[in-house]
Amino acid sequence: MAGKPKLYYFDGRGKMESIRWLLAAAGVEFEEEFLETREQYEKLLQGEFLLFQQVPMVEMDGMKMVQTRAILSYIAAKYNLYGKDLQERALIDMYVGGTDDLMGFILMFPFLSAEDKEKQRALIVQKATSRYFPAYEKVLKDHGQDFLVGNSFSWADVHLLEAILMVEEKKSDVLAGFPQLQAFKARISSIPTIKKFLEPGSQRKPVPDDKYVETVRRVLCMYYNIKAN
Amino acid sequence: MAGKPKLHYFNGRGRMETTRWLLAAAGVEFEECFLESKDDMIKLLNNGVLLFQQVPMVEIDGMKMVQSRAICNYIAAKYNLYGKDLKQRALIDMYVEALMDLNELLMAHHLQPADKKEQHLATIVDKATNRYFPVYEKVLKDHGQDFLVGNQLSRADVQLLETLLMAEECKPDLLAKFPLLQSFKARTSNIPTIKKFLQPGSQRKPPLQEKDLPKVMKIFY
Repeated sequence: MAGKPKLYYFDGRGKMESIRWLLAAAGVEFEEEFLETREQYEKLLQGEFLLFQQVPMVEMDGMKMVQTRAILSYIAAKYNLYGKDLQERALIDMYVGGTDDLMGFILMFPFLSAEDKEKQRALIVQKATSRYFPAYEKVLKDHGQDFLVGNSFSWADVHLLEAILMVEEKKSDVLAGFPQLQAFKARISSIPTIKKFLEPGSQRKPVPDDKYVETVRRVLCMYYNIKAN
Repeated sequence: MAGKPKLHYFNGRGRMETTRWLLAAAGVEFEECFLESKDDMIKLLNNGVLLFQQVPMVEIDGMKMVQSRAICNYIAAKYNLYGKDLKQRALIDMYVEALMDLNELLMAHHLQPADKKEQHLATIVDKATNRYFPVYEKVLKDHGQDFLVGNQLSRADVQLLETLLMAEECKPDLLAKFPLLQSFKARTSNIPTIKKFLQPGSQRKPPLQEKDLPKVMKIFY
């Protein structure tokens, strides 16, 4: 019998955070093993746990799944968060692609120099307010429904909420010109599983700090010299 | 009635090439509308057909699809190149996502300035031969079947072939230590739809050269 999914990653957001959000939204309990030392990582490598020598890795349903997108797609499909047909799936994939790109600008933010951080913050806000938020605002406005796709809660909604909250951490009033997104944020945040995930004590991770950056660099021996986009 | 899919991109591989491979492998005829200048890009933007103001964009089945992953996922599922159940899909996705990572590296090679090319090639050789190729070699060895997943052709096979050929363009003997990948390459290249795509005159695009880069940049920036 399958146990709970087990997540292997650092004790921080990175590429695993979207997976935590999606499992939480689906009401699925999960365990976590945090990488703190190089030795732990090498043990995973030697044990052939990591198909391409990388994390995230999620043990679930008898698989050691790697590649963030593969893991997310599997969870979404398994827990009925991937639409009801091919065309809804296509829309969800498009919307998730956009929020993924937006969150991609934030992913390497903690690794930047102080000067580059300011440049990157401006870029994040600019992309969010001129490229991404207008697209989702229009989707919601055009169909007037509560959820992005198929009048039903999906991965696209979870991912968009995650992206909105992350951008707000960089500029708190960034939703000012987006009334639909403001209502969306309030609505999705109050879905019971998501509300629980947003409460203190959940497995949601805080904004990455210097300790997180040090841990990643130490464990992977990488990411010492990251530049802004 | 739906017409042929229509691909909007510049006349080069970039992020549209995998879509071309998948459609070709599925035996689906498609049209292409090439962006040649910034004006062409501006026209598309003004028509409001680019959800996130970006290409690739593919007109297919009444949709104007953007995001290369979304496009490839749709085509793979529609034409039965995505496995028969969730677990096969999961394997395919794992294999395909890693290939996309390697593809990014390979595509960047031709754009490297002369003084950086050698170092970049060393990185490619290291990643390809230590991280990626051994995985696919082992998958094929372990099950002894012709295809990567579920004993039938899937997007994973098409994308692996695409990547193997691009790798050989960077360094012709890169597959030297991988006998099963070599036979995979020969076998998969022989599939009629794929064989056709590999012939001169098909819609397959050549690698982008450094000298072509300024023209491409002008379209987008």
